[in-house]
Amino acid sequence: MKLKRTPSSAKRPTRRWPPEGVARVPYWVYTDPEIYELETQRIFEGPSWNYVGLEAEVPNSGDFRLSHAGPRPVIVCRAKDGGISVLPNRCAHRGVQFCRSSFGNTTEFMCPYHQWTYNLYGHLIGTPFRRGVQGKGGMPSAFAPKEHGLPALSVACRNGVIFATFSESPPPIEEYIGPKMLPYFDRVFDRRELCVLGYSKQRIPSNWKLMFENIKDPYHASLLHVFLVTFGLFRADQPSETKMDATGMHSVLVSSRGEQKASEATSEMKSFRGDLKLNDPRLLDPIREFAGSATVVMQTLWPNLIVQQQSNTLATRQIVPRGPREFDLDWTFFGYADDTSEMTTRRLRQANLMGPAGLVSIDDSEVMQFSQEGISQQQRGAGFLEMGGRGTDDEDHMVTEAAIRAFYGHYRRVMEL
Amino acid sequence: MQQDGLRAEIEALFYDYAEAIDQDRLEEWPEFFVEDGVYKIVSRENFDRGLPLATMLCESKAMMKDRVNAIRNLSMFAPRYLRHLITNVRVKTQGVDEIAVRSNYAVLQTLLGGETSVFNAGRYVDQIVRDGDFLKFKSRLCIYDTTVIPNSLIYPL
Repeated sequence: MKLKRTPSSAKRPTRRWPPEGVARVPYWVYTDPEIYELETQRIFEGPSWNYVGLEAEVPNSGDFRLSHAGPRPVIVCRAKDGGISVLPNRCAHRGVQFCRSSFGNTTEFMCPYHQWTYNLYGHLIGTPFRRGVQGKGGMPSAFAPKEHGLPALSVACRNGVIFATFSESPPPIEEYIGPKMLPYFDRVFDRRELCVLGYSKQRIPSNWKLMFENIKDPYHASLLHVFLVTFGLFRADQPSETKMDATGMHSVLVSSRGEQKASEATSEMKSFRGDLKLNDPRLLDPIREFAGSATVVMQTLWPNLIVQQQSNTLATRQIVPRGPREFDLDWTFFGYADDTSEMTTRRLRQANLMGPAGLVSIDDSEVMQFSQEGISQQQRGAGFLEMGGRGTDDEDHMVTEAAIRAFYGHYRRVMEL
Repeated sequence: MQQDGLRAEIEALFYDYAEAIDQDRLEEWPEFFVEDGVYKIVSRENFDRGLPLATMLCESKAMMKDRVNAIRNLSMFAPRYLRHLITNVRVKTQGVDEIAVRSNYAVLQTLLGGETSVFNAGRYVDQIVRDGDFLKFKSRLCIYDTTVIPNSLIYPL
């Protein structure tokens, strides 16, 4: 039997994008393992700043938490000098994923297998039996510990948010987020000390890009999310904007709360329930806390972060891809260290809207599973994205898929598809 | 003997509660609580670290009714069956007004057309009070071990 050999050109995709451009998204981008491998190399391990956590999670020297940079497990830790290190969770000796505690405080990391030991910067500081035992064995005399440390990622922090990249010459984080997106980022991360309220984790059986598409798609939000529309938190007839950075890789969706009422925007929504009232109105009792009229700002930052501000519920949602058909969504809900207890109560109450049991987000995690199942039926076919035309420019309304098109414009350039 | 009677009453409360959810009689679920009853689903990780976030939080029976209403009329999700298994029931303290009870649970989930899997495992931490002829929850805290929720948590545990 002859074994099939992978041609050396496997690094380049052999796929062809539909001629309509970003107004179509071919279904193989959600299922093909070769495309996923290429995404890992070019996007998550490429010149991208991956979100890995918040500085408030590792306040003291030696504090660490486990996280991921794209799909790769990493340790985020506060080093002795107060700086942040992001280290691969993979021993330089034999590849063991050595750190097993989600959070902790330590002075060093030791792999349990052969006790290779690293300091908080990833430098190899201990290798037992390096000089052998009773004159026998040991490492070769040429063994240089400094060549066998954990290859630390480059790190950037902006107002308490930690990003890491595998790239050796990354752009400054401010330049990466860009002048148009930065004010939206700084709106929530305004240098006030953050206070983590808790975590949620869910495993969604769909391609990671469907999560970004979902947040970049205001069209669905005014139809699928009956809860939001019924209680006026998000409506197609409210003033809103969809904005992209110059590359199209980041975007922001901005909207304002309206009233619970029937209108042209709800008449086409078959599931609208104008008659429903909350038995306990405390659930939706938001107060204004940011300047301006926007009450919802959802920002997507390439390649793995969603920053959520819906009323008073604030969270980062980190996308951790797990192959082409599955990703984890890691939610970190937070407030500010100077919040009153009333505000904290409000944030915790409104967290009912979001997360794995979210009154709004359930619709999304479920529909992403439905999407993946439909797409996976066969690789032929493509999604049709012409709501609001075929353009990729900013819009001042919700009935558009422009931000998804802009995302795929950048995706195609990076992937050379 | 009296202790056995109380234990039987508590188990009846637990099993009736589970049956209401498992048999899709969700409208009955808030009725197992007193008016100002509290229902919380919290991850063990958050609980152990003292973080206040709940995955599901109902601070009153009215809020539980809102959750039921949302499940019935507002949320979109794949149809599924749940099956509760409740064990290791222990009465921790029995005051004049309140009984503190601990137990373990596993909830199996079957998505229609799919296999049955363990969806969530954890423990109940309950404060139970007597309300007329019935025992009711003053608070039910579900602390789950399951570190990653398989997609969505739709129904109360």
